[in-house]
Amino acid sequence: MQRFARLYDRLDGTTSTNARVAAMVDYFRDVPAEDGAWAVWCLTGRRLKRLVPSGMLRQWGAEAAGLPHWLLESSYQHVGDLAETLNLLVPEPERTTDAPPLHRLIERDVRPLARLAEDEKRERVLEAWGELRGTERFLYNKLLTGALRVGVSRRLVTRALAELAGIDSGLMAHRLMGDWQPTPGFFRQLLADEADADLDISRPYPFFLASPLESDPARLGPAEAWRAEWKWDGIRAQLIRRDGQTFLWSRGEERLDGRFPEFEREAESLPDGTVLDGEIMAWRDGPLPFAVLQRRIGRKKVGRKTLETAPTAFLAYDLLEMDGEDQRDAVLDERIRRLQTLFDAHPGQRIFRPESVDFEDWDDLPALRASARERGVEGVMLKAADSPYRVGRKRGDWWKWKVEPYTFDGVLLYAQPGHGRRSGLFTDYTFAVHQADALVPVAKAYSGLTQEEIEELDRWIRAHTTDRFGPVRAVEPLQVFELAFEGITRSPRHKSGIAMRFPRIHRWRRDLSVKDADSLDELERLLPDEAKSP
Amino acid sequence: MAGDLLKPDAGGLYCAAGDFWIDPLRPVPRAVITHAHADHARAGSGEYYAAEAGLPVLRQRVGQDNDLVSRRYGEHFELGDTRITLFPAGHILGSATVRIESEEGAWGVSGDFKRDPDPTCRPFEPFDCDVWLTECTFGLPVYRWPPTETVIGQVLDWWRECAGVGRPAVLFCYALGKAQRLLSELDRHERPGRIWLHGAMQALTRCYREQGIPMPDTHAVGEAGKGEDYGRDLVLAPPSAAGSPWMKRFRNHSTGFVSGWMRIRGNRRRRGYDRGFVLSDHADWPGLVDTAADMRSGRVITIHGDGTALAGYLQEQGLAAESWNLRETLSAS
Ligand SMILES: [Zn+2]
Ligand SMILES: [Zn+2]
Repeated sequence: MQRFARLYDRLDGTTSTNARVAAMVDYFRDVPAEDGAWAVWCLTGRRLKRLVPSGMLRQWGAEAAGLPHWLLESSYQHVGDLAETLNLLVPEPERTTDAPPLHRLIERDVRPLARLAEDEKRERVLEAWGELRGTERFLYNKLLTGALRVGVSRRLVTRALAELAGIDSGLMAHRLMGDWQPTPGFFRQLLADEADADLDISRPYPFFLASPLESDPARLGPAEAWRAEWKWDGIRAQLIRRDGQTFLWSRGEERLDGRFPEFEREAESLPDGTVLDGEIMAWRDGPLPFAVLQRRIGRKKVGRKTLETAPTAFLAYDLLEMDGEDQRDAVLDERIRRLQTLFDAHPGQRIFRPESVDFEDWDDLPALRASARERGVEGVMLKAADSPYRVGRKRGDWWKWKVEPYTFDGVLLYAQPGHGRRSGLFTDYTFAVHQADALVPVAKAYSGLTQEEIEELDRWIRAHTTDRFGPVRAVEPLQVFELAFEGITRSPRHKSGIAMRFPRIHRWRRDLSVKDADSLDELERLLPDEAKSP
Repeated sequence: MAGDLLKPDAGGLYCAAGDFWIDPLRPVPRAVITHAHADHARAGSGEYYAAEAGLPVLRQRVGQDNDLVSRRYGEHFELGDTRITLFPAGHILGSATVRIESEEGAWGVSGDFKRDPDPTCRPFEPFDCDVWLTECTFGLPVYRWPPTETVIGQVLDWWRECAGVGRPAVLFCYALGKAQRLLSELDRHERPGRIWLHGAMQALTRCYREQGIPMPDTHAVGEAGKGEDYGRDLVLAPPSAAGSPWMKRFRNHSTGFVSGWMRIRGNRRRRGYDRGFVLSDHADWPGLVDTAADMRSGRVITIHGDGTALAGYLQEQGLAAESWNLRETLSAS
């Protein structure tokens, strides 16, 4: 724990990216594997869930600090972080015993809290507050209150680990994907320098993400070097067939297998060692609206009726693994050729290659894009014919050219009751995006959800309120929504420094987790040129 | 409230019985000034009464021509129907709290004050009063100051770390009071390099030296040659210099900020400083609460900062407590 606290202090004590990477490299170089595994787990933003309700922590904190409850609440509102507030208010012990190593603290003291009764929880937490000090106690509180993500992005952690292991950061990103457990074995494998032959068979590849195209596509160069596809309005996913098993992963790294029996059954005929990148769509002879797909999301068991009214398909548009071989270094044209060969040999009704978009030169595209709505797609994807399958959001090779030009994925932060017909329900929402390790509010929106969704979200909000300011509820930052807007300008009056015109909710992105939400940097790219950073 | 000795009005805090204002917000005929900080000492008033020890710095702030009347701490003097005494506030050199006696009783008024030791000024002296008007800059229990020695140790560790890799350590702090307190504290320690001062701190620091306060040698950044190597040095600068072109000369620098606000991590991160050092010239929460008790007054009024929490807390402790917002009074009238 001391080591991890020192790492935290180093990360926190500098604003330089290089210094942060260096601090992580130093830490991971000689940390015991059992602690290193948990450190990776914490730094990449994973969390232990439902350990202690925030209300209990606040009550015990006020008691331990000898303060009236209202004064703890005022302090929390001022500080804005419960873990820090508690650390500042609860008196520190005069003398301390050495804090346990990170893995023991988590495995012995923190994780078991979830199963304990309230008075036992209280006893454990007060005991820890009476033994830990300073940064260590702050980090302990952070573990209790949620993600212990401290001043570093997942990308930076990946970079540091890759540097230490002496491997490519794309490979490191791959090793960090999926369902791993923070065990010493995992940590050693993470830093191993050989190719990841013995990785868990369910592991997906890091997704390559397209960037929004803001300029005229003709600026991309000669049209013959580019391929176009429809931008499907579904859930981005990876379908994995290995060792006779099927795994389905969302972009938010959530396992979806078992939820789409109609095409998972078809996947059984795919050869072992096949990984497809594509889109889960509601589909009957053609695309159905996203709202239909919504009925399938979040549902682990599907009844016959739902299967009939909301059928789905997997539209495979890229091939990441074939015969157990990683295909990502092959160029797009080659991957598509192999993908077609695969489907020629294994034709399917529910897993297939969607029709491609043919165009001769750039002038053909605007009309095609304009037809997107009636085709039930969101726009056009442009992909460089000679590009490999990259990792993450690397600009240059993949562009999304949407009909709806401005959209972003934001995290629900606050909610307040609406007026009139909707009064009594939480219908006015505030959404945030990432900035460094914080979430900064960027938009308020109160339209775009169906009545059913509003009611469901309302229940969720009531169950996940972390704070109240008058009528406004702060909620746990867990739900991601796609928002559309008409334009964006710089605004010194807003904390984020930007203002959006007519933001509205496009859809509830249950397939995304908080780390997949957009960042302020990405929104700033959409600013008109003259308004970009001075 | 009827019968109050002091009342907020357009000029700030007005005492009718003595016909004077304390730390007036705009020019008035007669002012009692608690200390030389800009939000307390404004130029343009007729007569100024202030503590003798604060005169040199006050002159720097309100100019030479004004009618400055100085009084020693503890000396009584009359203004109108009131008897005034100035007490040391422990805030900065020459800072005072004001005791006003009249037939209505005794009122104590703080400008700013702290209870922590400070080698550059006399420590705070409590006195009895019926009503205590207290500043409340840090009026929440999260504001609790670590011992000064601990914080100075942190500053020195950071400076040494920077010096070790040839990075100038640029430390932002208020030009009057905090800068000199830091210098005076650093004087007692082994230091890794030289200390440079921003232009805004030069004259004020000279003032402190002339009062016999021991401080290490300093150099003026304005007099440095082109290409000066600050790699092992500490630079003191006011927060307004952060992010300005003036900073460019300190290549590859690391930044720190010394302030009570640095107690909260988010305050530091929002401003983008590498390091925050928790050292304040104001009372922390225990200081505010303890002082309210030390003054043995039955009634406490907060006048600076958000006093809602402090007033609420003191009420629960059985005191009559309330908050006055002087600036709001000003804009409303
Ligand atoms: Zn002051
Ligand atoms: Zn002040």
